[in-house]
Amino acid sequence: MRKIECIIRQNKLEDVKNALGEFGINGMTVTNVIGCGLQGGKTEFYRGNSYQINLLPKVKIEVVIPDAKLDQVLDIIVKNAKTGQIGDGKIFVTEVSSVVRIRTGESGEQAI
Amino acid sequence: MSALTKKRLLSITLLAGLFILIFAAVALAGDPSGANTGGVGDITAATAGQPTMDEIAAQVGKNKIGINFVWTLITGFMVFFMQAGFALVETGFTRAKHAAHTMAMNLMVFLVGAIGYYIVGFALQFGGVGALSAIGGTAPLNQEFAINGWGILGHAGFFLTSNGAYDVGVFTLFLFQMVFMDTAVTIPTGAMAERVKFSTVVITSFFIAMFLYPIFGNWVWGGGWLAQLGSKLGLGHGVVDFAGSGVVHSIGGSVALAGAIILGPRLGKYGKDGKVNAFPGHDIPMGILGTIILFFGWFGFNPGSTLAGTDLRISVVAVNTMLAGAVGGFVSMMIMWLKFKKPDPSMMCNGALAGLVAITAPSGFVNVNSSVFIGAVAGVLVVISVLFVDSKLKIDDPVGAISVHFVNGLWGVLATGIFADGTYGDGLNGVAGGVTGLLYGDSGQFVAQLIDMGVILVWGVGLSFIFFKILKATLGIRVKPEDELAGLDIPEMGVLAYPETTLRSSSLDRSF
Repeated sequence: MRKIECIIRQNKLEDVKNALGEFGINGMTVTNVIGCGLQGGKTEFYRGNSYQINLLPKVKIEVVIPDAKLDQVLDIIVKNAKTGQIGDGKIFVTEVSSVVRIRTGESGEQAI
Repeated sequence: MSALTKKRLLSITLLAGLFILIFAAVALAGDPSGANTGGVGDITAATAGQPTMDEIAAQVGKNKIGINFVWTLITGFMVFFMQAGFALVETGFTRAKHAAHTMAMNLMVFLVGAIGYYIVGFALQFGGVGALSAIGGTAPLNQEFAINGWGILGHAGFFLTSNGAYDVGVFTLFLFQMVFMDTAVTIPTGAMAERVKFSTVVITSFFIAMFLYPIFGNWVWGGGWLAQLGSKLGLGHGVVDFAGSGVVHSIGGSVALAGAIILGPRLGKYGKDGKVNAFPGHDIPMGILGTIILFFGWFGFNPGSTLAGTDLRISVVAVNTMLAGAVGGFVSMMIMWLKFKKPDPSMMCNGALAGLVAITAPSGFVNVNSSVFIGAVAGVLVVISVLFVDSKLKIDDPVGAISVHFVNGLWGVLATGIFADGTYGDGLNGVAGGVTGLLYGDSGQFVAQLIDMGVILVWGVGLSFIFFKILKATLGIRVKPEDELAGLDIPEMGVLAYPETTLRSSSLDRSF
């Protein structure tokens, strides 16, 4: 099993979520996050004093999938989250050693 | 829903529609146009329908005072609603972690202010004002303590009772003047927000409501010595301040200034390298909504200060108010836009409020073009002042209360002495003729206004400075640094403004 954490633009959340849903991925965790990367920040003024906005708002989607679906899921995310401009985000993939469904006690891939 | 129920519902609806059509077609014996309602039969008379001349005259007098009562009370209710405006402006332009504290201060100052003003404030301010004819005479308010004929403070109407103050005219005046006083009490909370102890603001509010505001108010509005500068020394009409640029806003602003200086800046506001850090407000829409509510309230604040709906000058006062506020906001917006590339919403708000504060004293006495000019100057002044106070004086005023209320309040007092055009104010403070400023030929009025400004500095800033020094040395006025950093909502108030956006840690949340 793999865990995918992808950090994407806020306005791409609906597209990515719907595409994953159509593919059959129904479980995911979505968080509002702020962060920085190549996009950098900008300087604004509030009541005449400058301040930096370095950490920009993004959305993080976490989803755990069977190994066999990995390439397809990555394709779906890239296709739906991409604008081609700096700031599109990143995808991180990690190994997951076990999953337990709290309600039933099932474990392994059927618990995803 | 079953098919049968649907059918029944449909037939009931049709039947109801039919009844409405039948009723509409029948001519009813009322007075739909209003042409026949109200007439000679409504005049109180010994012989109904045939009033004598005296009975008609009595009714006309009653009507006049009735209109003035309703006008004064309703504009007073509008001024009360300005509390909501202040609460929203101050909370919107400060940070979320203190929001329950900031907002609660704005309610508390009214609770405290009402009590303090009822006990002693009103009596000191208006106990010697004499008979106000616009509200039918306030005969019980005839006790002014004076030295050599110069009024110092009133002493009738303590607890709204002493010296026979149980009187409808006195109560009308009390309501209107209490909410005015409360505006002064709520101004300092903005300048002291995010670091002042809640208990400090309770004590300060009693101090303003019971002593600082009423005594100064007596000197200008209660028949005291500043108002007598005209009749006794020939300085115009003495100090005039139509709705309180000086009495309300400069005095409230004075407390804000002294409080912000003695409290010191919020932690992290000024960096060690001299950098001035921005602390953006947490809810800009809230601040803008508050500004619009304040603007609406000002249509009660200024026109209501005639205390008379039958004084037709109210239309001029209302338009002067409207235009000065609009121009003030516009000018501030343009300056920020040109200087900092974007039209800072918080400074648009400050600009509109600055224009309103500045026109408050002159609004009854100046013409509309002067009002536009006064508003424009206010829009420039407030930007210069906010930047100067923040970056040069390094006095931390989160919402700009010092620049809006203190600085532009003084400008309003001065502007009255320059631009009053002589068309209004005959007999005011016992001086015949209209109030006339420097530009229209009365330098005495200008001098009186300068004296007023000097007294505001000494009494307003000086006395509140001493007050806060004493309070700081005894009870302390500032929260602990760790509480300020964490946010004052839990340490001071015991409840978060926005618990849903904070991780739940209360035992009450466990079982859900």
